[in-house]
Amino acid sequence: MAKTIHQKQNFLKGIIKENPIFVMLLGMCPTLGVTSSAFNGLGMGVATAFVLLMSNIVVSLVKNLIPSKVRIPAFIIIIASFVTIVEMILEAFVPFLYEQLGIFIPLIVVNCIILGRAEAFASKNNVLSSVIDALGMGLGFTMALTALGSFREILGNGSLFGLSFVPDDANTFILFILPPGAFIALAYLTVIFNKLTTKTS
Amino acid sequence: MDYVIILIAAVFVNNIVLSQFLGICPFLGVSNKVSTSFGMSGAVLFVMTISTTVTYLLHQYVLVPSGLNYLRTITFILVIAALVQMVEIILKKVSPPLYQALGVFLPLITTNCAVLGVAILALGLDNGSLVKAVFFAFSNSLGFSLALIVFASIREQLELANIPEGMKGVPINLLVAGLLSLAFLGFTALV
Repeated sequence: MAKTIHQKQNFLKGIIKENPIFVMLLGMCPTLGVTSSAFNGLGMGVATAFVLLMSNIVVSLVKNLIPSKVRIPAFIIIIASFVTIVEMILEAFVPFLYEQLGIFIPLIVVNCIILGRAEAFASKNNVLSSVIDALGMGLGFTMALTALGSFREILGNGSLFGLSFVPDDANTFILFILPPGAFIALAYLTVIFNKLTTKTS
Repeated sequence: MDYVIILIAAVFVNNIVLSQFLGICPFLGVSNKVSTSFGMSGAVLFVMTISTTVTYLLHQYVLVPSGLNYLRTITFILVIAALVQMVEIILKKVSPPLYQALGVFLPLITTNCAVLGVAILALGLDNGSLVKAVFFAFSNSLGFSLALIVFASIREQLELANIPEGMKGVPINLLVAGLLSLAFLGFTALV
């Protein structure tokens, strides 16, 4: 029983207490760069979560084989391999998303969340815990990106996941789908997130 | 003329940090003092220019001829990581004062996505050549420096300001970055 509670906390920490974006501020570049719409945010979140999950599994499996001196380059190669796989899959099956995310797909390699989890968690824990950690962190990241994307798309474009709910000639806050809107939207979402989490805890 | 346009576009119009969102981590992380932001800028200038030179040559003369284009991401990140280490070792030996100034920032640069981002973007330039790619990297590192130093100067002033409790720390920094990005949006029609 104690084991399941432990794993549940392990899963939930990525979503709330150690949320990669709102609390730990990791992986800010894709967070700001691709969230001009909810769909892009979701796509980026899922792609990153997949790489995170796979790299956590592999790192936790080979952790005893890698000498500690070369562990960081070894982790980077593992991550880069999965990023290349994701890049190929997206290009083949979701070319629209591949175009939209552009340079940010190869840049998943340098997303600090993935290397951070490999170093701080997967290299010290067993496969099961690492999978759960990756799922929690990946979900927290995806949710934050989707929330930010939705916020910006609703205000900036008057639509959500491409479904428009304002008349065609309506004035929307175009600012929010432009670069400055990314910073401003994230600033206010962080305030709201902090407010909500301090109240509940 | 091409080169003037590349320079202005990289520094003002498509600023690497404020409009392309590359290198946000160091932008938010090491911008609390103007003096450290100069150190970071110098290190980025150094590494970005050298790494783009190497990755461009590698891409043009090794990866493309042998049809290994899909290994681009893996090769580039390894080259950058190795280069950062090498630059660190060489600087330590050749120029201790420069190493003193840049040393602490060098390891941080491996995870600076602006370096990898610029190396990849430089491959897609129109009528690309080695000189153009290197100049592009150099211009972008100037753009990074400008954004970082201006941001750090504002943050130093901000310490004296009276900020509402909930906005302290990260949110106010993001808002400042947003306003700065808005100001840079004004350069859009320049090229």
